[in-house]
Amino acid sequence: MFEAIAFYLFAILTIVMFTITVMSSQALYALTSMAAGMIFISAFFFILGADFLGAIQIIVYTGAVMALYAFGMMFFDSTRTIVEKRANPALVVVLGGIAAVLVLAIVVAPIVGMTATEGAYPIDTSVGNTQAIGMVLFTKYLVPFELAAVMLLVAMVAGIVLAGKKMDTSLTLMDEDEIALMDLSSEYETQEEGH
Amino acid sequence: MEITLTHYLVLSTILFSIGLVGVMRRKNMLMLFFATEILLNSVNIGMAAISHYRGDYTGQMFAFFIIAIAASEVAVGLGLLVIWYKRTGNIDLDQMTSMRG
Amino acid sequence: MEIYLYIALFAPLVGSLFAALFGASPKTLITGLVASGLLFASFVSSALLLGHVMNGHIVHVEMMTWIATGDLYIPFGFVVDQVSVTMMMVVSVVSTVVHVYSIGYMSHDKGFNRFFSYLSAFVFSMMVLVMSDNFLGLFIGWEGVGLCSWLLIGFWYHKESATWAANEAFIMNRIADLAMLIGIFMIYWNLGSLQYDVVFAHIGTLPLAVTTGIGIFLFIGAMGKSAQFPLHTWLADAMEGPTPVSALIHAATMVTAGVYLVVRSNPIYTLIPEVGTAIATLGAFVAMFAATMALVNRDMKRIIAYSTLSQLGYMFVAAGLGAYWVALFHLMAHAFFKALLFLGAGNVMHAMHDELDPFKMGGLKKSMKVTWIFMTLASVALAGIYPLAGFFSKDLILEVAFVEQHYVLYGVLLATAGMTAFYSFRLVALIFHGDERHLEHGIHPHEAYTFMLYAMAPLAILAVVAGMMFKTPYYLMVSELLPAAQYHIHNHMTLWIMIIGTQALVIAAIAYAYKKYAKAVKVDLKVESGFFYQLLFNQYYIPKIYDEIFSKPYLQLSKIAWKQIDLKIVDAMVDGIANLIYQTGESTHTMQNGNLSSMLRWMVVGVVVLLVLAVAFTVAYNNAVNLHAM
Repeated sequence: MFEAIAFYLFAILTIVMFTITVMSSQALYALTSMAAGMIFISAFFFILGADFLGAIQIIVYTGAVMALYAFGMMFFDSTRTIVEKRANPALVVVLGGIAAVLVLAIVVAPIVGMTATEGAYPIDTSVGNTQAIGMVLFTKYLVPFELAAVMLLVAMVAGIVLAGKKMDTSLTLMDEDEIALMDLSSEYETQEEGH
Repeated sequence: MEITLTHYLVLSTILFSIGLVGVMRRKNMLMLFFATEILLNSVNIGMAAISHYRGDYTGQMFAFFIIAIAASEVAVGLGLLVIWYKRTGNIDLDQMTSMRG
Repeated sequence: MEIYLYIALFAPLVGSLFAALFGASPKTLITGLVASGLLFASFVSSALLLGHVMNGHIVHVEMMTWIATGDLYIPFGFVVDQVSVTMMMVVSVVSTVVHVYSIGYMSHDKGFNRFFSYLSAFVFSMMVLVMSDNFLGLFIGWEGVGLCSWLLIGFWYHKESATWAANEAFIMNRIADLAMLIGIFMIYWNLGSLQYDVVFAHIGTLPLAVTTGIGIFLFIGAMGKSAQFPLHTWLADAMEGPTPVSALIHAATMVTAGVYLVVRSNPIYTLIPEVGTAIATLGAFVAMFAATMALVNRDMKRIIAYSTLSQLGYMFVAAGLGAYWVALFHLMAHAFFKALLFLGAGNVMHAMHDELDPFKMGGLKKSMKVTWIFMTLASVALAGIYPLAGFFSKDLILEVAFVEQHYVLYGVLLATAGMTAFYSFRLVALIFHGDERHLEHGIHPHEAYTFMLYAMAPLAILAVVAGMMFKTPYYLMVSELLPAAQYHIHNHMTLWIMIIGTQALVIAAIAYAYKKYAKAVKVDLKVESGFFYQLLFNQYYIPKIYDEIFSKPYLQLSKIAWKQIDLKIVDAMVDGIANLIYQTGESTHTMQNGNLSSMLRWMVVGVVVLLVLAVAFTVAYNNAVNLHAM
């Protein structure tokens, strides 16, 4: 019963929050509502017994991703009201609706007629969820895990290089006089900006 | 009243279509990114639910990797967006017409 | 002994691959030396095997399984018995000589390395052909020599006539090979095996009609490879290739593969003497037919090619009359002196700057003494004068025809022997005697490299002694495998009349040839414009007839297929599809307006379409399953 109440409560909250995210014309509202929606989603994970995933959801999404967006927004003019002019908003809703119905049909249809089958990595109730996740992650999914780690590293480097200044030139690979030249030109640039 | 897998999948689908509407609707790149985050999260709910109801960790594993991908996407995407903003002074999708064929 | 078998078989392949490594690079002498050296190793191994076989042992190995599916089991098996060792010796001796000779002959050619690669590959294929212990392995070698022959005839591929001749040879051989394949299929269909020993042990159990069919189809295959009428035109045109190729392939080895096939299949042909008689008749006809064409031809190499054709006819007469060992013996002797003749012709060609018309030569015996001696020796051997090789092998075939009481065949062959002597010495007289007509064309002939002459020497020696020395040991060896029949004319009187008569006829023909051509060449216009001369000179108009009957209608058919079918149906379909796609692109290119947000919308449309398809197919599939269950 509690489970049902919790489910419906969080479901309604999540839907509302995400609707605000999508519909709001204020970037700040959108960001805040999405952060809230992410936290509500983590509630589903806790209900489903995926404690580790719930924690990760809060840490990564609400902590890291949202913070990143918040910082990102500092670059942009976020106070400006965002005008979304749509030629035919009906089309958008219709397409979204059809897609939703079809996805539902596809996903639910096999489950309705499904007989219980043994999973590849069955849930182990003797240990906690985090420990069990660790066991599976570092045995069966070790290679994908490492690949994900490499991907994150690459993404981090890419993010720094893209957003950082002068990160696309390598000081270690340049000659002395080239570096000196670069210093001069950067001084010139700052002077220009000052004016 | 028992909450079944179907409930979760319906919820997941609703959230997914909200994200889809956002993707189609938004002109501001930053807002578009928000919508993609919604898409990824809606799928995660479905994954976790299936994992729970089938008694199998595979779903959770996938959700885990999806979160990793989302994080990378944000890092790279925001970096690109910042550069774009520096160059053009806006992040309006309709202004990005350099791909016109 | 197995190791020698493998050396004999695979040394040429190694040589070929080695030369192929340098195939695209300019001349490197090492390829020629290595290829020749490996050929010599093959020859030595063959000689050792010959000694082994002469002691009464047969080497039979099964290297590996080749095809094994269901009831079909065909191994890569090789056998060295009395017949195949004879062929191996012929092939390895002639090919070694030709390889060494080619080092000199091809020394100024751009494709020197390529040439050795092809030549060694040919020898390997020929070895597979003669050593295989089943019909399919023989067929592989058969096709292999066909391929190498195509490569070598068309060696100077920038010459249109050479590529044309190569294609002609290849296509003619394909026609015959189809018949041969049918023959092989019939053997497998009826006997369930292609191994020689199994087939020959059980061939007697088949109905006579089936055996006859097998015999005929196999012989059609042999006709193609041995250029028998009506598939003979390719051999003369094949002279477009380099002369050593003509010596090795189109005189000594490949063209005799047909004879080898008939000899090898002797248990089949023994059962069907009617087919044998037909073979012999055709052989005698070809012998005469080719000799008459050689009488008037004005192309040195073609004359020798027609002479080869004629001698192949002799071999088929012997094989058809059941004298298999005689056929094989003539094959061997002929290989030696015919290869020598061709290599001599190669020397003359080099000296004459590729001039082929003997009427533009003359008096070459002064400048090319050794070549003159060699070619005269070869011609004497070919004419069959005692005690050279031709006398023992060719006259034996005459005796066979006589003893078997085929007097018509005997008469034809006797007349042909006279013609053979005439055209051989017409050639020798025109080239080496008389006025030095070539001086008018500003050519100053010179003798070939000394090592080339040394390379030819073994063939010259063999052309002289092969008949006399090898006949008895050869007969003793081969008669263990082939039907042993001595062809003796019991009446001494008849025998002596025959021998002396034949010799006298031959010598008279030689004398006439010398008289007519050795001094001054008078062009007798009355004879040359005569019907028979023109008929012979134009090769009985057979190339023209083939052109009219086969080539031109085929060209018409091809044109119809091109204009009606290809352009109007196939091309139209292809163009239509292209137009359709093009128009689709035209009408939908507004989609690609470069606006990212509209692209996103299209992406969602695509997703929806895919989802619809997924649902539709699932529903359809479930319906089908339910219907099936009901």
